Amino acid sequence: MVAPTTKRTPAYDVAAATPDPEIPTLTIEDLGILRSVDYSPDQGTVVTVTPTYSGCPAMREIAADVQARLSRAGFERVTVATQLAPPWTTDWITAEGHRKLTAVGIAPPSPAPRRAGPVPLTLSRPPSPGCPRCGSPDTRLTAQFSATACKSLHRCNACGEPFEGVKAL
Amino acid sequence: MSTPEPGYGAGDLSTGDDNPYDLLAEDHDEGHRWAFGTGFTDPLEGIDTSVPDGLDPGALVRYCLALGDDALIYSHRLQQWVARLPELEEETAVANIALDLLGQARLLLARAGGIVGQTEDQLAFFREEKEFRNVRLAEHADRDFAELVVRLLLFSTWRLALFEKLSGRESSSGAPDPVLAAIAAKGVNELAYHRDYAAAWVVRLGDGTALSHAKAQAAIGALWPLAGELFLPDPNALAFIPGGSADPAAFDAVLDTVLSTAGLNRPAAVPLATVGGRTGRDGVHTEAMGYILAELQSIARAHPDATW
Repeated sequence: MVAPTTKRTPAYDVAAATPDPEIPTLTIEDLGILRSVDYSPDQGTVVTVTPTYSGCPAMREIAADVQARLSRAGFERVTVATQLAPPWTTDWITAEGHRKLTAVGIAPPSPAPRRAGPVPLTLSRPPSPGCPRCGSPDTRLTAQFSATACKSLHRCNACGEPFEGVKAL
Repeated sequence: MSTPEPGYGAGDLSTGDDNPYDLLAEDHDEGHRWAFGTGFTDPLEGIDTSVPDGLDPGALVRYCLALGDDALIYSHRLQQWVARLPELEEETAVANIALDLLGQARLLLARAGGIVGQTEDQLAFFREEKEFRNVRLAEHADRDFAELVVRLLLFSTWRLALFEKLSGRESSSGAPDPVLAAIAAKGVNELAYHRDYAAAWVVRLGDGTALSHAKAQAAIGALWPLAGELFLPDPNALAFIPGGSADPAAFDAVLDTVLSTAGLNRPAAVPLATVGGRTGRDGVHTEAMGYILAELQSIARAHPDATW
């Protein structure tokens, strides 16, 4: 697995502060989808972003927002490039991202399943993360999918609250 | 006014330009509106899409179209279920699976279109039925929820087996086309999630009531004839997958586990007949296909100059 570039430059800091349109409390850096910010004489500032899901409808908005932020900050030529490989995994969500998710009541993902060889079939329900409100580990998965591509639905057996969690992928 | 709860309150949404709703009022460069699904751009923007030396571009185009059409047509069939499902949880599941497949379709059609100088929209909306190369399983109209989940189990198990091979994860020499391999690698996790969702429902129906069991068994009987076509060797796939098809043993192992857990029988069904040896991959489709395309393409064809 290749770690995202973390070379901090003024352009990187501006791009890194771009919020995710679907979970605006997270920046694209928190989400782990900002892969690099480089400069080339041909293309100017090149911001490389990787999609979360193949059908993620937020990619276009993120690209436009990154462009707008950098141009407001005085970067004249900006290119936003897509990078597909290696594919994004929820393991790239930063510790800060986990903290922010919990603060808004969304359970951060557990470590993504490690895979070597064929992807094993899972017939049992995947483990449910701890409750982001009361902290109890006694929760259950109520639906594998939710209102956005990256989340599932859960309920806490201790405090009774329903909550969303980020699918571990 | 009471203080908003930490986290969820207006406090987080009113901090200057971090508020996405403020962006609604902003005039973005190039005039794109802030709304999901508008201002489409090439999903392969910024990716090196040159065809590697030694690879037949024609075969690459045809195979990407085939895999893209499978996802596009299947996604459309799933979208038709939305607002007709028994529970809200299944609505969100089926809509999300359709969205993942539509994303895969866009990437694959863009890969093919980039080589032949056409956009993903031209390929999706302005080809004729005989030019679509999807397998006939993708175009089947599910008659009930049992058919929906059984078909999703067959399709996602097969596609996952294909995408694992295409991603080059198992091959030390790497994949012949890095773009197709990257699209496949991205799809693997999504398809595994779809398959596990479908498998859990097949077990629940098969191991449920007498009625749910009977419906699940009937769905397997109705759909099994469409599975044979999935493993016919595709000459366009030979450069990308040894033997030109997914490994039937990998598919069988998953299906046997699910069906035995569900208490369902694997039928000895005869594969759906070919037409002079031709199938969906050759542009020969079932009667259902014309109706799908009429619905899928009508808006784009009525307004050929429209942009979204």
